[in-house]
Amino acid sequence: MKAAKYLALVIALALVGSFVTAPVASAQDAKVIKIASHSPLSGGQSLLGTAIRNGVELAIEQYKKPIEDMGFTVEFVPFDDQATPDVGVSNAQNIVNDPAILALVGHLNSGVAIPSSEVYNRADLAMVSPANTNVNVTDRGYPTVNRVCGRDDAQGAAGAQYAVEKLGSKKVYVLHDKTAYGEGVATFFAQAMEAAGVEVLGFEGTTEAANFDAIITPIAALEPDLIYFGGIYNQAAVFFKQARDKGIKANFMGPDGMDGSDLAKIAGEAVVGLVYTSAAGPASVYPAAEKFVEDYKAKFTINPEAYAAEGYASTQIVLAAIEKVLSENGGAMPTRADVAKAIRATTDFDTVIGKISFDANGDPKVATYYILQVKNADPAKWGENELVSSVTAPSPLTAKEMMEGGMEATPEATKSN
Amino acid sequence: MPALQRAGNWINLYILKPIGQILVFVVVSAAIMSALALLLGAVLNTPWHGIDLLKTRKGIDLFNQVVKQLPDMLLDGISIGFVYAVIALGYTMVYGVLRFINFAHSEIFMVGGVIGFEVMTRLGEANALSTMPPLFVILLMILMAMAFCGILAVVIERIAYKPLRGAPKLVPLISAIGVSFLLTDVVRAVQALSRNVFNMPYPLDRVGNPPRIFDLISFDPITQLSKGQQFLNPPFLQTRIPLVGNLTTNMTTVIIIVSAIIMVVGLNYFVNATKLGKGIRAVSQDQTTAALMGINVNQMITLTFLIGGALGGAAGVLFGLKVANITPYIGFFPGLKAFTAAVLGGIGNITGALLGGILLGLLEAFFSALLPFFPALGTGYSDIFAFSVLILVLLFRPTGLLGKKEDEKV
Repeated sequence: MKAAKYLALVIALALVGSFVTAPVASAQDAKVIKIASHSPLSGGQSLLGTAIRNGVELAIEQYKKPIEDMGFTVEFVPFDDQATPDVGVSNAQNIVNDPAILALVGHLNSGVAIPSSEVYNRADLAMVSPANTNVNVTDRGYPTVNRVCGRDDAQGAAGAQYAVEKLGSKKVYVLHDKTAYGEGVATFFAQAMEAAGVEVLGFEGTTEAANFDAIITPIAALEPDLIYFGGIYNQAAVFFKQARDKGIKANFMGPDGMDGSDLAKIAGEAVVGLVYTSAAGPASVYPAAEKFVEDYKAKFTINPEAYAAEGYASTQIVLAAIEKVLSENGGAMPTRADVAKAIRATTDFDTVIGKISFDANGDPKVATYYILQVKNADPAKWGENELVSSVTAPSPLTAKEMMEGGMEATPEATKSN
Repeated sequence: MPALQRAGNWINLYILKPIGQILVFVVVSAAIMSALALLLGAVLNTPWHGIDLLKTRKGIDLFNQVVKQLPDMLLDGISIGFVYAVIALGYTMVYGVLRFINFAHSEIFMVGGVIGFEVMTRLGEANALSTMPPLFVILLMILMAMAFCGILAVVIERIAYKPLRGAPKLVPLISAIGVSFLLTDVVRAVQALSRNVFNMPYPLDRVGNPPRIFDLISFDPITQLSKGQQFLNPPFLQTRIPLVGNLTTNMTTVIIIVSAIIMVVGLNYFVNATKLGKGIRAVSQDQTTAALMGINVNQMITLTFLIGGALGGAAGVLFGLKVANITPYIGFFPGLKAFTAAVLGGIGNITGALLGGILLGLLEAFFSALLPFFPALGTGYSDIFAFSVLILVLLFRPTGLLGKKEDEKV
């Protein structure tokens, strides 16, 4: 018995020791440039979080050569925010304390990105977001915060427009997940629906993850023709499945958080026909993405989920900016502020998801919002979801400039099938 | 005739009486809740002295809405209530015997859900899911989960609780919380490494789907033909079961309620009518005296954990069938609510756990289904109201609804 206790003590000490010594092993090298990814790699949303991580890794592998030719080693450091704000913020403290990290690609969840970027901004660390659509991500006007995707005000409006014009919705019930992202986009959607004269029967937030019975009961009694879920696929799928099982016939709709094949894996037949808006188009709409999809499949042996291409594109921007700073300062280690400035200055830069220019707030000057419909209950066929419509809209700052310049600034529907 | 009379007595005592008791609990709590909801609906429909205190959603006839939703709220509440009750039995039995709250029980419940997922997925991978009789599949899932979780609970007791039996009461409690974290992360790691999944959706739609209710134990060879996930008939678990009038419910609800009743009745019989049950009751009254009477206390404690764990595992499968998706974190809230149910009914009391579970299920269902009509509050506040009721009950009956006042033993 005593021997066992000592053995346990020795094992515990060894474990503690290994944690203490681990950081020492990664000795600081002035010639190392690190790029971090920060997204949920574990938990219910890891499907999309891992897609972002993989996109960043692939882009670094393919585009690091020019920087390495200037005598630097480019390293990739993935972080796991667990889709939780406090984990994101505590990781952010660690990230800004590593001087070799010059830029970061992340997050998946706006609710995590907003508090974490406060930390990055204090340390001048540039963040390029592949997926955060909440308006407050960029509306704070931080010089370090950028995104390659669209905004929830436009996304909610695009969804509402489709719901009214194409689905003929008259009565809608809106649910959200109580996160900054989910509640934000659901609010914009509900406002746009009300403005279009649609009756909003209810606007409810819930963190329930498993048993939605009691939430479905009033919805069934109110008989809406459309249910909108502002949230992420892992929670929404369970809700949609149970709602169909309880005999609800209404159309289902959601924002870009629905764009994960696990939605079909969990909800099956229940989500066939579901319409979702997305700030990330399917690979088929990007001419340059064909090779990306092939490379991604070859490296990771899985299909790229939503935001893999956006993660890749964000990294392309980051690497080009670092390269530019290096060529301007004659090969000295760039400062974070210089990198952030170079990223913000990105204009008409060719990425895998098309040309990107940032406005003064870090929004892409023009963003396209895609409206897709789930076609098959088989998660392996998620990539075959049909693009039913798309809307291109300028960012608020760009729209203001255009108004001042006397140009038409209303969003225009470019394609509609 | 004495043999027949004995059998009659036996059926009366161990089958009819407990089922009658469950029925009374369900009917009485359902009637009270319905009456309160209808009363509230009627009162709040007309603003009091012109003041709309709770700011009811505009254009809603609250009374009508309550009437419309009543059957669904009752069925939701009762079905989740039975799940809570089965989990609560595990808490209450262990507490009754050891005066110790086994906080790892919520994770044993979660493991039960995972075992159900594994059995179902493996059957699906072997293409047996749509060919096997559905009820047999479900029985197999429940039995496998019961066996695995029963043994798991015993192992946990041996490793994490037994060495601490003489220690102050808080020590095993902390140990239980540790075990609970450990189980969550072990399941997370195992599922991530073996299947690379976090969400574990039950392939419910693939369970065989005969359309006629009286033909449950047979299957239609046509549905065997693989057509992707397109089914000719509505999936078995979606089969509508007629109740009163034109009110129907689905097969899952019926399965949950029937299996929960079987388990409660079985446990009641075991504890009250068998020698081993007598042993458990003796240990729960006084360990030292029980030991002096020749009862193997350790064996009885092991048995208690075995039964509690098995019930938790079965509840996990029932919950999985109901919600269709299990994750390693699923155990926390149902576990917390079941623990609450056990306290509400009177912890240590088996009948109390049942009553507490049903009552808490109904409270939760009523509150979250009616709060959306008060936009100032909303569904998110349903737990606050349900737990306020708990506090009120405990203020007036600190030992729970059916708990007996018990003097501290010296």
